[in-house]
Amino acid sequence: MLLEDGTRLPADMVIMAVGIKPNAGIAKAAGFDVGRGIKVDPGMRTSDPDVFAVGECAEAHGQVFGLVAPLYEMAGVIAAQLSGDATAAFSPSAVATKLKVTGINLFSAGDFAEAKDREEIVLRDASRGIYKRLVLKDNAIVGVVLYGDTADGAWFFDHLKKGTDISELRETLIFGPAYAGGSPLDPTAAVAALPDEAEICGCNGVCKSKITGAITTLGLKTLDDVRAHTKASASCGSCTGLVEQLMKVTLGDSYNPAAVQPMCPCTNHGHDDVRRLIVAKALKTIPDLMHALEWKTSCGCAKCRPALNYYLIATWPGTYKDDGQSRYINERVHANIQKDGTYSVVPRMWGGMTTASELRAIADVVEKFNIPAVKCTGGQRIDMLGVKKEDLPAVWADLNKAGMVSGAAYAKGLRTVKTCVGTDWCRFGTQGSTGLGIKLEKFLWGSWTPAKLKLAVSGCPRNCAEATCKDIGVICIESGYDIHFAGAAGLDIQGTVVLGHADTEDETIEIIGALTQLYREQGRYLERVYKWAKRVGIDTVRKQIMDDKERRTALYERFVYSQTFSQIDPWAERVAGKDAFEFGAMADLTLQAAE
Amino acid sequence: MTKTAKTWVDIGRVEDVPVRGARLLKTAHGCIAVFRTAENQVFALDDKCPHKGGPLSQGIVHGTSVTCPLHNWVIGLNDGVAQGADKGMVRTYALKIEGERLLLDLAPAKAKTAA
Repeated sequence: MLLEDGTRLPADMVIMAVGIKPNAGIAKAAGFDVGRGIKVDPGMRTSDPDVFAVGECAEAHGQVFGLVAPLYEMAGVIAAQLSGDATAAFSPSAVATKLKVTGINLFSAGDFAEAKDREEIVLRDASRGIYKRLVLKDNAIVGVVLYGDTADGAWFFDHLKKGTDISELRETLIFGPAYAGGSPLDPTAAVAALPDEAEICGCNGVCKSKITGAITTLGLKTLDDVRAHTKASASCGSCTGLVEQLMKVTLGDSYNPAAVQPMCPCTNHGHDDVRRLIVAKALKTIPDLMHALEWKTSCGCAKCRPALNYYLIATWPGTYKDDGQSRYINERVHANIQKDGTYSVVPRMWGGMTTASELRAIADVVEKFNIPAVKCTGGQRIDMLGVKKEDLPAVWADLNKAGMVSGAAYAKGLRTVKTCVGTDWCRFGTQGSTGLGIKLEKFLWGSWTPAKLKLAVSGCPRNCAEATCKDIGVICIESGYDIHFAGAAGLDIQGTVVLGHADTEDETIEIIGALTQLYREQGRYLERVYKWAKRVGIDTVRKQIMDDKERRTALYERFVYSQTFSQIDPWAERVAGKDAFEFGAMADLTLQAAE
Repeated sequence: MTKTAKTWVDIGRVEDVPVRGARLLKTAHGCIAVFRTAENQVFALDDKCPHKGGPLSQGIVHGTSVTCPLHNWVIGLNDGVAQGADKGMVRTYALKIEGERLLLDLAPAKAKTAA
């Protein structure tokens, strides 16, 4: 092996270890005392008494810390110092950590360096993939490493922290609590046998008695309650199983864990959990999320990746960078894949209205690119079917030139706003339904939603635009606008229910914007509006949108903000060269001579 | 079965293939999809799902598998075998990296037409 300075070292194998390193560059440049990290005194004060440091960048007692538990302790010290308690001091306590990589169970705590006055107890079962090592000093555990089976980690760690004299237990110590205390193998009983001060949640430093105490005194019934009141299992979630067992022990049969359907086989988390944790833990990318939530696969699957991409884009508008490779092909190339691998192209026709020049441009495109089929869609637009993938950018360029943009006929997002001709033409029309439909479509287009979103506006209760089977529908009446939602006309047939009444177009648009945002924030990926509404309750939705004006305004504003980032025509972007690799072959080998 | 001699063909650079994505090679014997995983491994398979001929190059790449965009069959990239309950297999091609160039052994495609 050749080092940078020219040294050559003979080696059969090079093993590199990497870890995190405090980022103290700025502090160093600013003249602070910096060792491995920014040096702080026990009160977390840096060499400048007016500046505190906390977290992974700080070096306290000559140590730097990469785990969350001591960081919380540091934060507590700073808080006390700032509020006038000059005696508050940080003293690092033993920490345990679990490797957050699913499929590899690793627990380590304490100090497991070898030394003359130390002894070891090791259990190694290579074929079962189990390795347990206890480091003892003066008949007490000072270090624990568990690989493969980490179930007894909390028990060993508890003894480590207490400095329990293990000489009595020594013979069976390595086999854990099941054989040491004579307690049975039942995991619930094992949890019941844990001492009150045993740490359950390492992230937030929550011990057993704090959880059981909160359950009994506050009458907590669900895991979410326990999370909310104790913070246990509210960060990384890896102690969720333990917390649930504690609830079972404490509540007995009255504890009925909500059967949460995991998102996909890559995780045990359900959709709602994932969405909650994205916000709670400020998860900003798919890899961060998979790491923090202990995804079981390194790269997810075709089910979870599109869902996560949506949740992140909906949660962090403007800051999350859309991950095209986590999108289904249709959303990746902004066209609909057909059974023969060709694509269909649907330009937007606002409110179903079109013009001679748009129709002429479409006709020209169809002829120029030999597009084999042209069809009217159910959403009042024109579909060109059988377009070759490599022709897509040129097709879009021609449509763009005629003023047309993507109709997003492929999107889990706004599709169409179907309209009737309303007061513009119809002798029964009560309001300008076409105009309102166009306004709604111009307001909503480009937005991503959990599943496709289809709207319609009918100019009178005869309902020619079929608004009462749409995700969101408007029926115009003499006195204004009845806003409907939660209809379905696909896998299920279901009429809408009335959300409420609006007097003006502006109010209608605000209500629909707020409703769309609520759906964007609560809907599970691929869950249509009617299923979401059924799950959370029609009345709950109605209360939040129609009764709680403040909430409605806040939702509406969040939607408007998110729209500032989403209303860019994806076709024009690709005509300009974005993702060009998608539309051409990597190499043409057709001329490679066949022997 | 006779062993066909390898026919290495330069198909471009590794970087030409998007990470967790695929590119297409046009050949006289049909299209071949070249995949690149998150771990930077590259694989080449006929661009034809064993189920209904879907273009695998258009699927979502995860781990060392791709999910066909038509009916969600999951195909292993290293062996071309359908995973889970589905049964089927797609032809794979050897790739090798020389410098930054990516070379593909076109022999299996030629054998396919000869057969």
